[in-house]
Amino acid sequence: MSKVLIYAEIKAGKIKKSAFELASEGRKLADALGGDLGAALIGPGLESFAADLAKYGVDTVYCVEAPELETYNSEYFGQALAHLITETKPEIVLMSHTMQGKDLAPRTMQGKDLAPRTAAKLGVAAIADCISFRLEGSTLIGKRPMYAGKCFAEWSATGAPQIATARPNVLETAEVPKSGAVSKVSFSVDTDRSTYVTKELNLDASGKVDLTEAEIIVSGGRGMGGPDYTLIEEMAAIFGPRATVGASRAAVDAGWRKHSDQVGQTGKTVTPNLYIACGISGSIQHLAGMGSSKVIVAVNKDPEAPIFTKADYGIVGDLFKVIPEFNKELKAILAE
Amino acid sequence: MKSLVCLKQVPDTETQIKVNADGSGIVTDGIKYVINPYDEFSVEEALRLKEKFKAGEVVILSIGPDRCVEAIRTALAMGADRAVHVGDEALNNGDPFLVAQALAAAAANVEYDIIFCGHRAIDDDFAETGAMVAELLKIPQVTLVTKVEVSADKKTVVCERDIEGGKETVEAPLPCVVTSQKGLNEPRYASLPGIMKAKKKPIDKKTLSDLGVSPEPKLQAKNYSMPAARQAGKKFEGMEPQDVAKTVVQALRSEAKVI
Ligand SMILES: Cc1cc2nc3c(=O)[nH]c(=O)nc-3n(C[C@H](O)[C@H](O)[C@H](O)COP(=O)(O)OP(=O)(O)OC[C@H]3O[C@@H](n4cnc5c(N)ncnc54)[C@H](O)[C@@H]3O)c2cc1C
Ligand SMILES: Nc1ncnc2c1ncn2[C@@H]1O[C@H](COP(=O)(O)O)[C@@H](O)[C@H]1O
Repeated sequence: MSKVLIYAEIKAGKIKKSAFELASEGRKLADALGGDLGAALIGPGLESFAADLAKYGVDTVYCVEAPELETYNSEYFGQALAHLITETKPEIVLMSHTMQGKDLAPRTMQGKDLAPRTAAKLGVAAIADCISFRLEGSTLIGKRPMYAGKCFAEWSATGAPQIATARPNVLETAEVPKSGAVSKVSFSVDTDRSTYVTKELNLDASGKVDLTEAEIIVSGGRGMGGPDYTLIEEMAAIFGPRATVGASRAAVDAGWRKHSDQVGQTGKTVTPNLYIACGISGSIQHLAGMGSSKVIVAVNKDPEAPIFTKADYGIVGDLFKVIPEFNKELKAILAE
Repeated sequence: MKSLVCLKQVPDTETQIKVNADGSGIVTDGIKYVINPYDEFSVEEALRLKEKFKAGEVVILSIGPDRCVEAIRTALAMGADRAVHVGDEALNNGDPFLVAQALAAAAANVEYDIIFCGHRAIDDDFAETGAMVAELLKIPQVTLVTKVEVSADKKTVVCERDIEGGKETVEAPLPCVVTSQKGLNEPRYASLPGIMKAKKKPIDKKTLSDLGVSPEPKLQAKNYSMPAARQAGKKFEGMEPQDVAKTVVQALRSEAKVI
């Protein structure tokens, strides 16, 4: 029986990095509590992933299998996870605050969609979107941004188990090899409970990672002057698959970018290692959403733009002149 | 088409949030409150469904202190028919499970084909309540929805929802909980006649004990803090594009070590 359980998400035939982040954090918590770390894999035929999880400190990998768990839906997966939690009684359950992945079949999961459903089945709430954890005795304390990052608070859970979701890209990973023993858990889905079915998938040709999970974000605002984001797309492409393109609300409202690209208080709250704001003034709503990025670069022709008060590297200049040079330099340095 | 819209009143996005002296919460003096932007999308979508089916009702369900009535009236002025307001000391700063319990209990007294929640409230940012209400009512949830199409017989809904790297179209049986995402629609403004009419629309007041929900919080918050003040870093002015690009790219590698 594991004291700490993590829920591991898989995408495109690989364990997601966010699951290794959870495992590394879970390992520390389990050690402090003097117990084992378990990982849940939900869906048929996933035990081959146990070895990967073992590398990051997982003692036991629980594989919950049922034919209905081939494709994700919150109801069936919620039943499966709640069943595992009820059976194994972990004190702490960690999940990722993630969006659903694009490869629908066979197994896509979405912490953000699944955690509250599972928590409600167990009669508790989840501490959502944590950026760090600590223990007070055996009580889990999760620190989380509120008001889209305008302030933080520490939250603790009263019920059992204590469930929390973690923001991707924030927790550190550490390799701590363990056995990763596989424990198969049989489970039958209550199919009387209704759920939705997937009819169609429309995937972006780009196949880019979601904003909330990207390590590098290049964002364009009204200063882009129109829907042509070639310069910014180019920069993201130079960084590779860990980077993606974001936008300010002004750019979204102008119809230049999709709603899902919006960064800010009414868009996505992001915490990449590097945020590059191009032609974005830095409104309070935009800053709320990206102000916790590790490093911020701003390119703006107005030296008084508020974004410069937050930027680690502020470039005063015309983005149409600066970005092409920036891309050249980047290409050169990344080729080294 | 009968819709139930869960609506939260939240601080305006312009608000500069400040933490109080003992870190037990935020300073609420002088805050201007608005309808949670995602809940505005919900109100609009519910109104459009009623208009499309030329029949039905839009009921607003809101939990919070007396000030919430202002947000409720705004939704009524947009065109909603009536409201249920659950006000209870125990629900101020309630966690999502307690709030969801109260919403689900209140929903049990209302007829609905569909329930709308916002995908998240922009104050506490939990993004949990909609899924929890759905689970407590034992109905499906479809989260992060940008398009809603209800079948003519009102038995199913086809929704487009955001997923990482694209969109998914799903079909769910009704009733279900839909959580609104930006892109769903452009909410209308309340018209002057709408505002006048709203004054006479009924708001039914309830407490937790009316709903038979016991106030047992599942989560507690403490140690509120402000983000580490971000210092403005290096600013490069008046440099040639080529030089500034080289300098900053080098710094990102050797100084910031992010590339
Ligand atoms: C309820 C509500 C919610 C909101 N939520 C969000 C949100 O989630 N996210 C968000 O981003 N906004 C949000 N906003 C909008 C916000 O208030 C700002 O209007 C918006 O962020 C401005 O976008 P921007 O910086 O791209 O445009 P602007 O403020 O117009 O700034 C454009 C900048 O580009 C610079 N520029 C122009 N040309 C060039 C050039 N050639 N080279 C370099 N620089 C150039 C200009 O100097 C200027 O600083 C919200 C507003 C409201 C009312
Ligand atoms: N106090 C409340 N009253 C009514 N609806 C609420 C309340 N709190 C949350 N909700 C609903 O749940 C959604 C998500 O909230 P949250 O889970 O707090 O991010 C909101 O957009 C509302 O639709």
